[in-house]
Amino acid sequence: MSIPRNWRTRQQRYSLKAEVCNACGNTIFPPRDVCPHCAEQKQSWTNLSGRGEIYSFTTMYSAPAGFEEYAPYTMALVKLAEGPMITAQLTDVDTEDVKIGMPVEMVTRKLSQDGDEGQILYGYKFRPMLRQVA
Amino acid sequence: MRKPQPFPHAVAIVGVGMSKFGAFPDKSSRDLFVEAFRELRATVDKGFDPAVIESLYLGNFSSDLFEGQGHMAPIMADAVGLCPVPAMRLEDACASGGVALRQGVLAVASGMQDVVLVGGAERMTKLPTAQVTDTLGAAADTLFEIPAGFTFPGFYAAIATAYMHRYGMTPEHLMNVAIKNHENGALNPKAQFGVTIPDWMQGRIAAAVKKGKPAPTWRDQWDFLHDNAANPMVAWPLRLFDCSPVTDGAACVLLVSGERAREFTDNPVYIIGAGQASDAALHDRADLTTLSAARGAAAQAYEQAGVRASDIRIAEVHDCFTIAEIIASEDLGFFAPGTGYRAAEDGMTARDGARPINTSGGLKSKGHPVGASGVGQAIEVFKQMRGEAGARQVAGDVPLAVTHNVGATGSTCVVHVYERR
Repeated sequence: MSIPRNWRTRQQRYSLKAEVCNACGNTIFPPRDVCPHCAEQKQSWTNLSGRGEIYSFTTMYSAPAGFEEYAPYTMALVKLAEGPMITAQLTDVDTEDVKIGMPVEMVTRKLSQDGDEGQILYGYKFRPMLRQVA
Repeated sequence: MRKPQPFPHAVAIVGVGMSKFGAFPDKSSRDLFVEAFRELRATVDKGFDPAVIESLYLGNFSSDLFEGQGHMAPIMADAVGLCPVPAMRLEDACASGGVALRQGVLAVASGMQDVVLVGGAERMTKLPTAQVTDTLGAAADTLFEIPAGFTFPGFYAAIATAYMHRYGMTPEHLMNVAIKNHENGALNPKAQFGVTIPDWMQGRIAAAVKKGKPAPTWRDQWDFLHDNAANPMVAWPLRLFDCSPVTDGAACVLLVSGERAREFTDNPVYIIGAGQASDAALHDRADLTTLSAARGAAAQAYEQAGVRASDIRIAEVHDCFTIAEIIASEDLGFFAPGTGYRAAEDGMTARDGARPINTSGGLKSKGHPVGASGVGQAIEVFKQMRGEAGARQVAGDVPLAVTHNVGATGSTCVVHVYERR
């Protein structure tokens, strides 16, 4: 990822900064200027809890460039408590233990490295929920 | 949205041409397109003068990244002697070819043009596999999907996982699709991997013996497909043989108005429905076990054509991965949600089944030069409907057929309905 793109999307990757549509009430992640649900343009910022459950997943054996060190690794679509689904790598879990419906929480990790001298990209991954929230 | 209307003017395919699909280190995409156009020119039943062509609609995903060449449409027009007619490139990822076809159909159906060339081309094998993966990845969200570590096999694998979880399918069910499509592709001289899986296995054994290495001892094709060395896991549950290959190839079809079709052939194939729909990235979908854009495109095309799914005799569908063919067979309305994998297992989609799918070998065996794939599908349907598909010809008449072409994970889908009158 280019440095400007890294900078512009950092608040999403570091802290799951999202939007709530003032017109229809849906939570929107990643944020965009127009609500994908109702096409209105009135949003306010919110931070997502980082908690959700696995909606689907795959274990990647053939890793794209920059991710070789993690292979095999598990990618998931995580359904967040607030509604949006998010695309993320799982961490701190054995691939054979991953199940649809498993509760997970966000952590911040190194995502990829652009060669030996390029930038390191940090952002969210998800791990099995460590503690149940009452 | 406006209700789909029947075309004001009838649209017919009167000629087709296709390069061999494969890996051609010595050919550029324009060489491949010329090869396809030459075949078209030589095979239109009553012959034709290319000077009658009024426009070129070219499907191409990424000549810029694959070949370092942008602005491909006029280059292709020049390569086949069409300048100065307008030429435009349509890009909707792997649906580029189908989208180009639809634009050509709309031009003729509107009455604004009478004779147009629709082409598709992609030259992919020049780049190393890692760069091909990155280039194809550009069809997904490069801000929030690709940086997280996904690839296209990964996306479709996540779709397969969701489908298996909901409907009880196993990875073995997916193998039925690969086995069938290689059986069909083995009968297609243009196919990149036109060989059955048992013959592929025998080839591997023979190669090992020739090199003096221990010969593998697979019991049958199922044993071969379960062997992690022969059929490695790419993105669980998808293995290598669940994935379409990286391919160079080109294809073109000549579209004319119904009024003029008989100038070119006594045996035209009419396009009577052309639907297209869009969808958000995978993470913004309510359901991963269906492509809503495919359902939307099919509904439009069927309504426009005035037909039902049950009327359709054969289909060419976008089997970029085996799971995609299963889901396509449901999205097109052939089988109820969650039953497509059983239909494939029962042979219903085989050449001699009730609803043959991908008689060409599909993207899996024929190859997937992404911008050309959607046009290649129309060519197979044209040949089958005219009884010209040779060893892979289905039995009996084919009065109605469908093609289904998908971009990315279903962010674009195009469906066409074809009629033999």
